[in-house]
Amino acid sequence: MAKVLVVTSGKGGVGKTTSTAALGAALAQAGEKVVVIDFDVGLRNLDLVMGAERRVVFDLVNVVQGMAKLSQALIRDKRLETLWLLPASQTRDKDALTEEGVQSVIVELRSKFDWVICDSPAGIERGAQLAMRYADAAVIVTNPEVSSVRDSDRIIGMLDSKTEKAEKGERMDKHLLITRYDPARASRGDMLSIDDVLEILSTPLLGIIPESEEVLRASNVGTPVTLNNTDSVAARAYIDAAKRLNGENVSMIVPSMKRRLLDKLFARRAA
Amino acid sequence: MKFSFFKRGGSAPVARERLQILLAHERIERTQPDLVAKLRKEILAVIGKHVKLDPDMVQVKMEHGSTVSTLEIEIELPNGLQGVIMPGAAA
Repeated sequence: MAKVLVVTSGKGGVGKTTSTAALGAALAQAGEKVVVIDFDVGLRNLDLVMGAERRVVFDLVNVVQGMAKLSQALIRDKRLETLWLLPASQTRDKDALTEEGVQSVIVELRSKFDWVICDSPAGIERGAQLAMRYADAAVIVTNPEVSSVRDSDRIIGMLDSKTEKAEKGERMDKHLLITRYDPARASRGDMLSIDDVLEILSTPLLGIIPESEEVLRASNVGTPVTLNNTDSVAARAYIDAAKRLNGENVSMIVPSMKRRLLDKLFARRAA
Repeated sequence: MKFSFFKRGGSAPVARERLQILLAHERIERTQPDLVAKLRKEILAVIGKHVKLDPDMVQVKMEHGSTVSTLEIEIELPNGLQGVIMPGAAA
């Protein structure tokens, strides 16, 4: 049974697109059939992060408007056979997507894939609402920082009221993904702790992604971080998060300074 | 710099407290507009049965305190009510 997942946050720049690509690739690597959809009409970037920017011919808007078939717009990943991308268009027309059009695309994708992952645009307007509209579950990407947490709270409110599932009186499955976690700042007491964020947002934790150069490096070369350097802390955190999405029970590790030091020591010994 | 490393506290507790207060208010506000709009509409309908009323003359406000909340309803009725009361309208 296919699962439709929206990756959302309210605030921009917290890591929605990176997380969509990383989780999508990790699930596909585990053998799941995955499609990632870019809902950021006018400002598409998932194609770039996935390294497929030069292969875009048709896009989500073309499909919704009936100008192209879904099969023409879907781009198969060059590294993973079971990973596909449905890019957004670069059109500036805000009303290019309709509710009915999006719904019919999602229904068709549900029949073909195990996972349909919708990368939401920032904000709380139409685009963000359409991205979450037909989702079964949501990944809320949050930085441990006041403005991001506030916007996440707002988005959680919308997930519980403006989605099809909420309107039917069903519970939207919500998962919190904390990104750009900085153990050094946390140990100084200058960053909201994981417990603080969890208590404020009262949403179950899906994973903690530490601030990492690997994330930037992966997007530079157009490879999801979970495929680029599988052993990096960020990649491992995303792979664990994907396992949890898939129902596996993986213990949660809060990245800490101490651990890092120990890791370095062990790495040196092993070398 | 080194000193601050050992210092307990930091700015995170401030962030946490500010967020908790702010979000408590924003969560209430998110559900409030619907309720106030609904109340306003129904109050207007009830009074409208008996008195010809300018919809703008009905103000409904809700304020949330820490222990109790208050609902404030202000209705301005024009003078010379005899002229605007509609005797048969209540039926």
